[in-house]
Amino acid sequence: MITLLRRFGRTALTFFERLGRGTIFFGYVLAGIPALVSRPGLVVAQMWSVGVRSLIITVVSGVFVGMVLGLQGYNTLVDFGAEESLGVLVALSLVRELGPVVAGLLFAGRAGSALTAEIGLMKATEQLDGMEMMAVDPLRRVVAPRFIAGVISMPLLAAMFSAVGVFGGYFVGVGLLGVDEGAFWSQMQSAVDLNDDILNGVVKSVAFGVVITWIAVFEGYDALPTSEGVSAATTRTVVHSSLAVLGLDFVLTALMFN
Amino acid sequence: MYSKTVEIGVGLFVALGLAALLMLAMKVSNLAELTAPDGYHVTARFENIGSLKVRAPVTMAGVRMGRVTDIRFDDNSYEAVVRFSVDPRYVRIPIDTSASIFTAGLLGEQYIGLDAGGDEAFLTDGGEITLTQSAIVLEQVIGQFLYNKAAEGG
Repeated sequence: MITLLRRFGRTALTFFERLGRGTIFFGYVLAGIPALVSRPGLVVAQMWSVGVRSLIITVVSGVFVGMVLGLQGYNTLVDFGAEESLGVLVALSLVRELGPVVAGLLFAGRAGSALTAEIGLMKATEQLDGMEMMAVDPLRRVVAPRFIAGVISMPLLAAMFSAVGVFGGYFVGVGLLGVDEGAFWSQMQSAVDLNDDILNGVVKSVAFGVVITWIAVFEGYDALPTSEGVSAATTRTVVHSSLAVLGLDFVLTALMFN
Repeated sequence: MYSKTVEIGVGLFVALGLAALLMLAMKVSNLAELTAPDGYHVTARFENIGSLKVRAPVTMAGVRMGRVTDIRFDDNSYEAVVRFSVDPRYVRIPIDTSASIFTAGLLGEQYIGLDAGGDEAFLTDGGEITLTQSAIVLEQVIGQFLYNKAAEGG
């Protein structure tokens, strides 16, 4: 009984310790951002590996998610004779929820894991220590550009996901199932609001971008400098950031669309 | 400093992302309508507006002419004051036009339907429509029907 309690307490203590270290780390990363203004090339290089190389998987998933929404939505709506509302259904579910969330999950799996593994390996091979020896702050030189690149890339990826998803739904609904094209777009335009839906979706994706990239760079920087440590950190990044995206999505939705 | 491919790729990526955002704003949302010229405003008083909402369409002969911009309650006459904007293209709406609140389809949203009158004078900005017909509230209709039935039977 005591052992159980003690184990429970230890888990809680470790959790809070990591949370605290993560927050302090976050502060240091934020402090390292202003220095990037003089070296934007660092961010560009990271956006290549974080953003551009996540583009294909995001766009392809977006098309398929939109197409599935079109098919499923049509099957339900046609029972009520409301298949013209398909555009509204596809656009609202993509812009409000699926775009930011699914793009976030893909981003965590594709870019977050790579960030953790890269920084973790740098630590394991003592490159970070080497930098410190040369009076180069690894937080500014390595972590901050990756963080900014992730925060910029994530909303762009989510927007592309939603945009191609709408066209996927359009392709299935109008192209294959014969929904009226004019009704598809006009009902969508009258139902989707720029502030309430699109901007809130963008705010969500920025929040997810911050959280995912923060978890990814922190796990990498905090990893045990061994091969097991790096692999465990990479797994933790994917698990924790996926859970964080889903949990945060609920909170943000409750705040925005109550 | 960095290879050309990387820079071009990142540039393309950012451009595509912004284009997607722009497309969402222009094509998917109502931005085009928000930026359209507002037109002139007309008010109408209803005894009961049912579940009419701000931004509901205003139509004449089934053609959308504008949208509801504001709904207020007048605590002197206990009526709802509905203000709506009309597209500036439609300036020839007679002053004795009547406004009714209809429902689109069985479960659809409510909208304002205008029926043109015969007057020579036309509505202008700040004008008011005096001939109005309230929304049909289903409970009232059923209540009326039952009352009539009971009266017939008795």
